[in-house]
Amino acid sequence: MKQFIGLLRKEFYHIFRDYRTLLILFGMPVVQLLIFGFALTNDIKNAPIAILDHSKDELSRQLTQKILSSGYFILVENLESEDAIEASFKKGNIKQVLILEQGFASKIERDGSASLQILADASDPNIARILTNYIMGIVNDFQNELMKDTKLPVEITPEVKMLYNTELKSVFMFVPGVITVLLLLISAMMTSISIAREKEMGTMEVLLVSPLRPIQIIIGKVLPYVILAFTLAVVILLLGYFVFDVPVRGSVVLLLVYSIIYIVLALSLGIFISSVVNSQQVAMLISMAALMLPTIMLSGFIFPVENMPWPLQWMSYIIPAKWFIIIIRGVMLKAIGVGLLWKETLILFVMIAFFIGLSVKKFKIRLE
Amino acid sequence: MIPIEIKNISKSFDKTKALTDISFDVNEGEIFGLIGPDGAGKTTLFRILVTLLLPGNGTARVLGLDVVKDYKKIRKSVGYMPGGFSLYQDLSVEENLTFFATIFNTTISENYDLIKEIYQQIEPFKTRPAGKLSGGMKQKLALCCALIHKPEVLFLDEPTTGVDAVSRKEFWDMLKRIKQQGITIMVSTPYMDEAGLCDRVGLIQDGQLLSIDTPANIVKKFPHRLLAVRSAETYRLINDLRKSNKTNSVYPFEDCFMDLMGGNTISKGG
Repeated sequence: MKQFIGLLRKEFYHIFRDYRTLLILFGMPVVQLLIFGFALTNDIKNAPIAILDHSKDELSRQLTQKILSSGYFILVENLESEDAIEASFKKGNIKQVLILEQGFASKIERDGSASLQILADASDPNIARILTNYIMGIVNDFQNELMKDTKLPVEITPEVKMLYNTELKSVFMFVPGVITVLLLLISAMMTSISIAREKEMGTMEVLLVSPLRPIQIIIGKVLPYVILAFTLAVVILLLGYFVFDVPVRGSVVLLLVYSIIYIVLALSLGIFISSVVNSQQVAMLISMAALMLPTIMLSGFIFPVENMPWPLQWMSYIIPAKWFIIIIRGVMLKAIGVGLLWKETLILFVMIAFFIGLSVKKFKIRLE
Repeated sequence: MIPIEIKNISKSFDKTKALTDISFDVNEGEIFGLIGPDGAGKTTLFRILVTLLLPGNGTARVLGLDVVKDYKKIRKSVGYMPGGFSLYQDLSVEENLTFFATIFNTTISENYDLIKEIYQQIEPFKTRPAGKLSGGMKQKLALCCALIHKPEVLFLDEPTTGVDAVSRKEFWDMLKRIKQQGITIMVSTPYMDEAGLCDRVGLIQDGQLLSIDTPANIVKKFPHRLLAVRSAETYRLINDLRKSNKTNSVYPFEDCFMDLMGGNTISKGG
């Protein structure tokens, strides 16, 4: 036991003396979260638009008011004729032009219908689509209000409600995603690098020619990073809660327990990597290339797995992050418990057993 | 008990033969030097003895324990200092020593007598990171770390490579004092001048053991006469000596030339 504490102490010296790495470890999640949360959002606010209102009557003004007061749009200019549209787009500062036809109110009163044209700048198709949807939504709403007044025959209107993330905030998606990616990267990369460093510096030779048992060496390496990664997970959760109002609706304890399970999985992956490589560079490259990319692409963190071709879907099944994202989103946003997550939990445990088994088998009690 | 017994050890890596049929014993309480150029197989033999490599053929025993079967017991009772600096560079002198004491289940104070003389020399720098020590001090620290658990046999793989002449001499003085504590020492070196400081030496080249004897006997058994020749025009000198039919072989050696004479005539360079 005393030997083991000595090992731990030594590992912590390494971690705290390499303050640059430590800074990156704790700086990276903060920066990533801020970037994902503030900059890389799918929500669009204050999109600049122009309006060409041919009728300028009571109803058309009500509709444009409603659109502009939604918070999604800002009126840049009121156009007077169709000729001005092209020029306004070309100046590049507007995303959409709304055209309300001549006699908007009278047409609605007489025919029960009037048309509204939306011209969108589709050079960025995503933004165009999202903004168009916003306007359609607002127009639908407006229509319904009108119908209430006119007491027309019953009409079925679909009512969509966004569950768990009513405002469709993308930071709800990013906080669990960032935790998942970072925990995996840091845990796997840091352990694999630190074991590879011992091999590279020749100190592994000295450790091996000592009464230490292989399992002691491995756990001594892993435990400090469990603590480090766990602290990091808590930091990210707090940041999400206080800066972006991302709630933890389920049990916090359960969330933390799952985080530890996932960290252990990531670390066992790191040990496995280090048992195959001999230098810090290779360890880093493998963890970056073989872990980061698939984890970001195939875990469902950014791109929905369901839309991928089936070979990629199959590949995603072996990615630990995919299962953890399901768990963490479930616990954080949907407040579900172990009962509904037993499949994912089981998969995580199987993966841990697999990698630990493999590493213990591959751990060399000698140099070859 | 014979501390180190080596019987017919061979070892190859892929197709390269690193060691061929090596057999010798190291006696209790002696300093045994393994002398040979780089790539002779010294490190491979050391690694087999400290249980880091499996021998290809043959058997070896350290403290009467088999290096393959009883590797756990051997690892507890030998001290090993690998070639190159293999301590933690970011840990201070004291932290390194404490760490190695702890993993061997002992403390610095318990075996302080053994390392006292060496450690006192580096003690003024005990808070300095090991990576920032000079070459000689690094070796002293590494020796302390290898000694801290009072091993019965000490394996030192090229401990003086890259160390200045004064520190090398000090280092060998320390080995003699360690030997007086009853610890058997096996040391390897590429420097011929260190051979004379060992009790017995084994000459190794290309994985083969050439001879084993006391340094004095090895010199005595040498069939030729050895001359050092110095000249202002070294290049002409070496050419002239090589042309002469009285010389056996001529090698440049630092600032003079080794001239192995076949006959009795002594020639002197101009």
